[in-house]
Amino acid sequence: MDFFKYNILRLPEVASAHGDRIDDLIVYVHLLMAALFVGWLAFFVFALLKHRRASNPKADYVGARSHFSTYAEVGVAAIEGLLLLGFAVPLWAKAVEKFPEEKDALVIQVIGQQFAWNAHYAGPDGKWGHQDIKFASTTNPFGLDAADPATKDDVTTLSNEPFLLPVNKEVICKISSMDVIHSFKLPVMRVTQDAIPGMSIPVHFKPTKIGDYTITCAQLCGNGHSKMRGNFKVVDQAAFDKWFADKAKSGAAGASFE
Amino acid sequence: MEIPYTVKPRPDTGLYNAKIGIWLFLASEVMLFGALFSAYILLRVGAPDGFWPDVPTAWPHGLLNVPLGTFNTAVLITSSMTVMMAWTALKENNFAKFRKFMTVTLLCAVLFLCIKGYEYNDKFTHYVIRLKDGSALTGHLEINGSSPRFWTEDTLAAKKLESVEVLQDIPTVLRYPSGFKHEEVAHEPGEHHIKREIKTADIQSLRPFVPATGTFFAVYFTMTFLHALHIIGGVLVMGYMTFVGGGMWKTEPERYTNRIESVGLFWHFVDLVWIFLFPVMYLL
Amino acid sequence: MQTATTHAPAHGHDHAHAHEHHEPGFFSKYIFSTDHKVIGIQYGITSLLFLFFGFSLMMAMRWQLAYPGKAIPVVGELLRKVLGDEMASGGVMSADLYNSFGAMHGTIMVFLAIVPLAFGAFGNYVTPLQVGAPDMAFPRLNMASYHMYFWGGVIMLASFFTPGGAAKSGWTSYSPLATLADTSNVINGQTMWLLGMVMLITSSLLGSVNLITTIIQLRVKGLTWMRLPFFTWAQFVTSFLLLLAFPPLEAAGLMQLADNLLKSSFFMPTGLVTSGGIVPVSGGGNPLLWQHLFWFLAHPEVYVLILPAMGIVSEVIANNTRKPLWGYKSMVYASMGLGFVSFIVWAHHMYLTGMGTTISTFFQTTTMIISIPSVIILTSLFISLWGGSIRFNTPMLFALAFLPMFGIGGLTGLPLGFNASDIYLHDSYYVIGHFHYVVAPGTIFALFAGVYFWYPKITGRFMSEILGKIHFFGSFVCMNLIFFPMFIQGLRGMSRRMYDGGSTYFGNGVDPGVLKLNEGILHAALALAFFQLFFIINFFWSLYGGKKAESSNPWNATTLDWATPTPVPHGNFETAPTVYRGPYEYSVPGAARDFIPQDQKD
Ligand code: HEA
Ligand code: HEA
Ligand code: CUA
Ligand SMILES: [Cu+2]
Repeated sequence: MDFFKYNILRLPEVASAHGDRIDDLIVYVHLLMAALFVGWLAFFVFALLKHRRASNPKADYVGARSHFSTYAEVGVAAIEGLLLLGFAVPLWAKAVEKFPEEKDALVIQVIGQQFAWNAHYAGPDGKWGHQDIKFASTTNPFGLDAADPATKDDVTTLSNEPFLLPVNKEVICKISSMDVIHSFKLPVMRVTQDAIPGMSIPVHFKPTKIGDYTITCAQLCGNGHSKMRGNFKVVDQAAFDKWFADKAKSGAAGASFE
Repeated sequence: MEIPYTVKPRPDTGLYNAKIGIWLFLASEVMLFGALFSAYILLRVGAPDGFWPDVPTAWPHGLLNVPLGTFNTAVLITSSMTVMMAWTALKENNFAKFRKFMTVTLLCAVLFLCIKGYEYNDKFTHYVIRLKDGSALTGHLEINGSSPRFWTEDTLAAKKLESVEVLQDIPTVLRYPSGFKHEEVAHEPGEHHIKREIKTADIQSLRPFVPATGTFFAVYFTMTFLHALHIIGGVLVMGYMTFVGGGMWKTEPERYTNRIESVGLFWHFVDLVWIFLFPVMYLL
Repeated sequence: MQTATTHAPAHGHDHAHAHEHHEPGFFSKYIFSTDHKVIGIQYGITSLLFLFFGFSLMMAMRWQLAYPGKAIPVVGELLRKVLGDEMASGGVMSADLYNSFGAMHGTIMVFLAIVPLAFGAFGNYVTPLQVGAPDMAFPRLNMASYHMYFWGGVIMLASFFTPGGAAKSGWTSYSPLATLADTSNVINGQTMWLLGMVMLITSSLLGSVNLITTIIQLRVKGLTWMRLPFFTWAQFVTSFLLLLAFPPLEAAGLMQLADNLLKSSFFMPTGLVTSGGIVPVSGGGNPLLWQHLFWFLAHPEVYVLILPAMGIVSEVIANNTRKPLWGYKSMVYASMGLGFVSFIVWAHHMYLTGMGTTISTFFQTTTMIISIPSVIILTSLFISLWGGSIRFNTPMLFALAFLPMFGIGGLTGLPLGFNASDIYLHDSYYVIGHFHYVVAPGTIFALFAGVYFWYPKITGRFMSEILGKIHFFGSFVCMNLIFFPMFIQGLRGMSRRMYDGGSTYFGNGVDPGVLKLNEGILHAALALAFFQLFFIINFFWSLYGGKKAESSNPWNATTLDWATPTPVPHGNFETAPTVYRGPYEYSVPGAARDFIPQDQKD
C-alpha cells in the first residue's frame, strides 16, 4: 500500500488520523483505473494490429460476436458501486460529518481574508469573546469586542502567523471568510474546506505527526491567491500549553484594548 | 430543394416547424424563469429572521400594492383571452375581427406596462429611513409637494436640507436599541400614511426601494423587469404583425395564421409567468 | 419563413422581387448568408481563430509558470505596449494579468472555440446534410445565431482593453470575487464578460432550437430515428443540453450583472469586510447560489464539449473500419442517458462547500452513474474496430487517438467524483489534467479528425496526408507531455490558478521536483504550437494545392452528407433523397461494393 501511495502516486506525507483512509481510496481508484486502462489499451492495440487493412483486407459486417463487453461494463459499474458504498460514502460520513464533542476537542475559528489566514482560540477560560460585524476590519478579522471581559484572554494569530495544534488531539476548525471565497486546504492533513463569507463551516481532524505545515488557499481569491500561504505547527501538548498561555497573556491581537 | 413544413404540418409529428421552434424556445424560457424562481426561494429561505426594515436583510413582504397587482393580473389574463380570440378569428377568415381583438390585446399589454411603470415609480419614491437612535421606518419623502426618486442620505447632505417631510407608512415596525417593537401609530381608519417631520441630522441612512436596498427588491425588480421585457417584445412583434406585416394575410393566409398562433403561445407563456410572479411577489 | 433557398440560381424563373435576379453580392453571400453551409464555415473559421487565441493566452501563462517573474521574450514587451505598464511592466506578467488570461483562456476555449466549432460549425454544416435537409429549419435564426456569437466574441476581446483589464475571476466567475475583484471601474472586465456571455448564451439557444427542429422536422423520408447517423444523434442530445442548461446561467448572469452595476446583493452575504472597510451592500445574498446556477450549466456544458466529438469520431471510425458501428443502438441510448443524468451531477464541483453526507452521496452516486454511458459509448467504439479493415489516414489517426485520450481524461474523473478522494484532489492540477485530457487531446483531436474528414466535401480537395501525419504525431506526443505531468503535480498537492506556478507553497525546498515539470510543460507547449503550423499551412495550402477528390463521395461513405454534389450547392440536394437503410452499411455480405449509401435502393 505505502509503495503505491508514496512511490507510484507520490502523495505527500500524511499527518492526520483519517488521511490514510483517503489515500487508501485514492489508491484503490487508481488501481481500478489502471486495470481498466491497461485492459482496454491492450484490446485496442491488438485490434488495431490484427484488423489493419494490410492483414484484414475485407471487413466483417458483424464484427465482435461475444458479449464480453457487457460483462466488462457491468463489472465496471459494480466496482464503482463497491468503492462508492464501501469507501467513499462511509469515509465522507466519518471525515466530514461525524464530529467529536466540542468539549473533547480543541475548537478554533479560522477566517480567510485577502490574502492571509487568521485563527482564533477561546483562550484558557474556554469562553469566546463577544464578536460583532461592526467591530470587524482587516486588522480585527474576528470582529472581537474589546469591551467584553471574555475577550481578554482569547488567542488569535493574524496574517499567516503560524498557529499551533497539539498532536493527537481532535481539532475542530470553523472556517469562514471575511471577503471572498477562499479554501482552507491542509494537504498533509487531507483536509479541504471552502471558506465562504457569510457562513461558518466546521471541519475536524486529528493531527498525528509533529511538524511545520502549510495551509494552501485552494480557491482563486484575487491577485494574491498564489501568495496566500498559511502556516501551522503540530507540537506536543506541553509545547502547545506553553505557547497558549503566553499568547493568552499578550491578549487577542486585533481587538484594540484601550 | 425548399425547406418543407414551414406552413403545413409534418404528418408524423403533426407540427409545422415554427411550432416546434416556439415550444423549444418556451422550454428554455421555463428554465430561465425557473432559475430565477429558485433563486427567489433560496434567498428567501436564507433571509434571517426579523422584521423589515429593521433588519436590512430580512424579507419585506406586504410592500407591494396588491389591488393594483390583482388588477394587472386581470389585464394580462384578458389579453391572453383576446389573443386566442384573434387567432380564432383568423381561422374563421375574419381579418377585421382579428384586428379588433389584436388591438385589445395590445392595449391590455400597454396598460399592463403603464401600471407596472406606475408601481416602479412608487417604489423609487419610497424609502427606508434608519435613524441614529436605532429606529427605522418606511415612507415617502415629500419635498415641496413632490416625491423625489432615488435619494440617499448623501443627497440630503448635498441639498443641505435641515429636515424632510416624511409620509410614514402605517402600520409600521420600528426597532429600538432594546429590540423590535411593532408600533401602531394612532391614525384614522383607512388612513395609510401619517405625516412626520424628520431632522436630517437624525438620519443615519436613507435608501429608496431599489435592488441595492435588499435582496427582496433585487429579486422583485430583476424578475418583473425581465417579465416586462418579454411583454415589450411581445408588443413589438404583435404590433408589427397586425399593423405592418398584415399584408401577408392576403398572400399567405395559412402562414400568417401560424405566425399568430406561435406568437399567441409565447403570449400565453408570458402570462403564465406573471400568474406565478404575482402571488410569489405580492401575496406570499 | 422566407428563405434564401427560394432563389437557388439553378431555377432562373421569375420572382416577385427584383433583387432576386442577381447573384447574391459579397455581403449577402459571405457575411449575411442564411445558408447553413456558409454559416457553418463562418463558425468554423471564427472558432479556429479563437482556439488559436486561447492557446496563445495559455502559452504566455505557461511561460510565467515555468519562469515566475521573468520577462516573456518578445511577447512580454508586446503585452506591455498593448495592455499597459501595470499589466506587464518590463514584460513580466502581473498577477492580475495572469488571472485575466486564465479566466479568458477557459471562457474562450469553452464558449468561443470548442462549442462553436463542435456545435456551430460541424453541427451546422453536417447535420442538415445528414438528415437530407435543404437547409436549417430557420435559416435567418441561424444567421442571427452566428452574429450573436460573433459580437459576443468581440465583446470578450474588447474586455481586454477595458480599464482594469479583462475578467479575472476564473471562467467560473465565483461571486463575491467576481464583483469585488475590480470595484474601481464601473464598466469593468467582469461586466463585459457577463454581457458577452449573455450574447453567447442567446446564440447557443437560437442554434439549438434550430438544430432540434431541423432534425425532427426535416428528416427525409425513410430516415427513421434509428437510421440517423450517430453524429446527428450526438448533435441532437447536445442541442437539448444547450437549450435547457444555458438559461440558468443566463439568469445567474443577469443577477451578477445587477450585483455589479446596481449594487444589489444576490450573491453578496451580509458582513463582507475588505481593506476598504465594510463593503457597502445590503447583504443577505448567497455566494453558493451562483455556484449552483453556474455548475447547473457548466456540467452539462462539458458534455456539450464531448458529445459532438464522440459523434465525429464515430463517423470517422465507421468509415475507416469499413464496417457498421458495433452497438449503435446502445450508443444512442447511452448518449440520451448521458444527457439526462448530466443535469443532476452538477454539485460534484462543489463537494467542499460544506455539503452534508446525504446530498454529497446523491451527487457522487449520480456522478458514478454518468460514467457508465461514457464507458458504453467508448467501449462500443473500440469494439467496432474488431473485424474491421482499418485504414490509418489522418482523420482516422486523430479519431483513434481520441479513444485512449478520452479514456485517461474520463478515468481520472473517477477519483474526483468520489467525494472523499476529491477532498484531497479538489482544485489541484489533477483536475486540470483531468479535464484537459478530455477536451484537448480528446475533443480537439476529434475536431481535427472532423476537419480532415469533411474537408474534401467542403472544398473538393483533400488535405495533405504527409503534413497531416506530422501534425498528428507531433500533437499527440506534445499533448501528453503537457498534460500528463499535471497529474503528478496534482497528486503531489500543487494547486491550480497559481500565478507563481506554486513556488510559494513548494518553494521552501519542500518539493522542487514537481515545479521543475513546469519547464518541461512549457517546452512541450511551444512544440505543440510548432506542430500546429503544419495544420495551418495544410489548411490553407490544400484549398488550392490539395489532391482533388475525384468523386463527391471520396471516402466511399454511406451517410447522406456524402450524397450531395461537391461543392454542395445552395439547397443541398436536387431532389429530396429517400433513405432505405441504416447509417453504416459497410461491407454488407454479398453486396457489390463495400458500402451501400443510405439513399441507394436495393
Ligand atoms: C468534456 C469535458 C468533460 C468530461 C467528458 C468530463 C467527464 C467527467 N468528469 Fe469532469 N470536468 C471537466 C470536464 C469534463 N469532465 C471540467 C472542465 C472540469 C473542471 C471545471 C473547473 O473547475 O474549472 C471537470 C471537473 C470535474 C470534477 C470536479 C473536480 C474538482 O473540482 O474537484 C469532477 C468530480 O466529480 C469530475 C468528474 C467527471 C466524471 C466522473 C466524468 C465522467 O463522465 C467520465 C466517464 C468516462 C470514463 C470513465 C472513461 C471511459 C473510457 C473508456 C471506456 C476508454 C478507454 C479506452 C482506451 C484505453 C482505448 N470532473
Ligand atoms: C475546451 C476547453 C479547453 C481547451 C481546449 C484547453 C486547451 C488547453 N489548455 Fe486549458 N483550461 C480550460 C479549458 C480548455 N483548455 C479551462 C476551463 C481552464 C480553467 C480556467 C480557470 O482556471 O478558470 C483551463 C486552464 C488551463 C490551465 C491552468 C491554468 C491555471 O490553473 O493557472 C492550463 C495550464 O497549463 C491550461 C493549458 C491548456 C493548454 C496547453 C491547452 C492546449 O491543449 C491548447 C491546444 C490548442 C491548440 C493546439 C490550438 C490549435 C488551433 C489551431 C491549430 C488554429 C488553426 C487556425 C486556423 C486554421 C484558422 N489550461
Ligand atoms: Cu485565498 Cu486563494
Ligand atoms: Cu462536472
